[in-house]
Amino acid sequence: MSGPLQDWKSQRKPFAAVASAPVFWLALFFIAPMAIVWLYSFGQNAGPADIDISGTLDNYKRATEWLYLSIFLKSLAVAALTTLICLIIGFPVAMAITFAAPKWRPWLLLGIMLPFWTNLLIRTYALMALMGTNGYMNKGLGGLWEGASWLRTLVGMQPLEAWTPVQLLYNNFAVVLGLVYVHLPFMVLPLYSALDRLDKSLIEASLDLGAGHFKTFMQVVVPLAAPGIVAGVMITLIPALGAYLTPDLMGGTDSQMIANVIERQFKRANDWPFGAALSFLLIYAMFILIALQSMRSNKVKELR
Amino acid sequence: MDFKTFLHAGSNRRAMLKGMGVAAVGFSLTGALAGCGEKEAAKLANGEEAKLNFYNWDTYIGETTLEDYKDKAGVDVNMTLFASNDELFAKLRAGNPGYDVIVPSNDFVERMAAADMLVELDKAQVPNFKNVAPDYQDVPYDPARKYSMPYTWLALGIGYRKSKVKSVPDSWKVLFDSDAYKGRIAVLSEAGDMFRLYGKYMGKSVNGLTDADIKMIEAMMIKQKPNIKSFHEDNGQDLLLKGEVDLVLEYNGDIAQIMAEDSDIGFVIPKEGSQLNSDNLCIPKGAPHPKNAHAFINYLLDAEAGKKITETILYPTPNDAAKALMPDDYKNNQVIFPPAAVLAKCEYAKFNPELQPKYEEAFTRVRAA
Repeated sequence: MSGPLQDWKSQRKPFAAVASAPVFWLALFFIAPMAIVWLYSFGQNAGPADIDISGTLDNYKRATEWLYLSIFLKSLAVAALTTLICLIIGFPVAMAITFAAPKWRPWLLLGIMLPFWTNLLIRTYALMALMGTNGYMNKGLGGLWEGASWLRTLVGMQPLEAWTPVQLLYNNFAVVLGLVYVHLPFMVLPLYSALDRLDKSLIEASLDLGAGHFKTFMQVVVPLAAPGIVAGVMITLIPALGAYLTPDLMGGTDSQMIANVIERQFKRANDWPFGAALSFLLIYAMFILIALQSMRSNKVKELR
Repeated sequence: MDFKTFLHAGSNRRAMLKGMGVAAVGFSLTGALAGCGEKEAAKLANGEEAKLNFYNWDTYIGETTLEDYKDKAGVDVNMTLFASNDELFAKLRAGNPGYDVIVPSNDFVERMAAADMLVELDKAQVPNFKNVAPDYQDVPYDPARKYSMPYTWLALGIGYRKSKVKSVPDSWKVLFDSDAYKGRIAVLSEAGDMFRLYGKYMGKSVNGLTDADIKMIEAMMIKQKPNIKSFHEDNGQDLLLKGEVDLVLEYNGDIAQIMAEDSDIGFVIPKEGSQLNSDNLCIPKGAPHPKNAHAFINYLLDAEAGKKITETILYPTPNDAAKALMPDDYKNNQVIFPPAAVLAKCEYAKFNPELQPKYEEAFTRVRAA
């Protein structure tokens, strides 16, 4: 081989050799199945197990009715709220790991990644056991309540009323909490990798030159961590938008998200063409998000 | 890769787990099956290899049934599990990946028969059909039992915590049209079942709903929604047992299982009547071992084998010979075998490809409201 592998234009053959396996993999296991589902979205049921791909746009027409659009918007709102909370919680966590003593850092990172070793379903059930009417959270709160009641009787006051369990599960609060719990590592890891590369002398310079801690954070740390923030937001928002297990298990009667609706089309309703149309609307929305982000980062590059 | 080592490592549990891992990353069953040796497998008298692929629900077979069958017939039964009829149907709709015996519910027997996915059963190979109770020998969803043999049956009703209700909730009204138990109710998330039972509450047949009925029921559901705690995914018995809710719409068999653990739990089929379900043994088209499949179905309908299955799963059995062998506290259990007068008002839901998407869309509207 002549020269280092730096530009595919001058090194076509080795790059083709390296790229062919993943390209083949993508084509066979990603593009081909997605293409079939895409074709289904232009079809209609022609029997319990047959789909007639007729080129109809009815599925898309139905999918853009207000009923489904409103569920899309609601899912987007839930996912955005989840992402925002993840960002607010995740940023200090990532900063703490960055500024921790080097010997602690691998352990802290391991702590962030540890939940991934357990299946999502099992983690969700664990959370449900914690948050149920007779779960540990309610038991703990009930214990505190009774303690307070006992203290009141000690000082001669009326005891408190009997403890009534708090409704933690089966509502939108539970869905957001469950989604934050599941997606937090997705936010922390890219933030950590961005903050880790940050030149700490810039922070010192800012502090030395008279900026306060908050100003330094907002005007130095956050702008420098921007690529990590954008990456973290994208990889939290997109899976949260497609979440269906958490709303199914932890949500109440009005917690359905768009992925639950899609799942039901493929299963109970047995309406694959409509489910395919809904899925592709979601995929188009994500494409737009990603395109906007890459346009934005191109612009940033041009400015520099 | 040698799949045989994975699938036939006998008692070696780790190899089994490895085999399951392979299945989990998406190797199709056909691939795995094609791999297992054609050379060594002993041929049975019927000319088929001594194997059978059984696709069943979880916890839906006797503890020793498969081993007993191996001892008796010398056939290795490879059982894999599905969690819903939809999963079963989705697996088979693109062609049978190698299953010999499947266990669809009544409406899916109809659906799969309509899609030409089931083999017509040869009754001569299933002499134990005589054990089946007369009521189940001819059913509306499969006239003259052309494609299916009954395995269990179920009725939907209300499971409740006795100490938390004022009186026995013997009407759908408490779940569907009342705020008496606000926030302590869980109902099914299956749109079709919900609409049909509301229909029952309004005195209609589960199979006789019109578009106007659906509209009216949708409005009733939206009105009732604030009183409902959760639309459960057929895990209502857990919610009731854990004390999350005090009333739950569930199947009698599921509630009978938790009644054995908690004496404060009751079950009633509402006076308006309810919906029956039945799970059935069928052979999908393209089954690699159809003769073994017939023999296995015949074995499951045997009195002694049926008794052992029933002892484990505690569901109502349509097998009269097996029921006769069961103890009195099962035979006389009013939850497992509701009185005939109540059952007379219950119906099977017909497979209806036009109405199902309408139920789903209306239910999506209810949830979004």
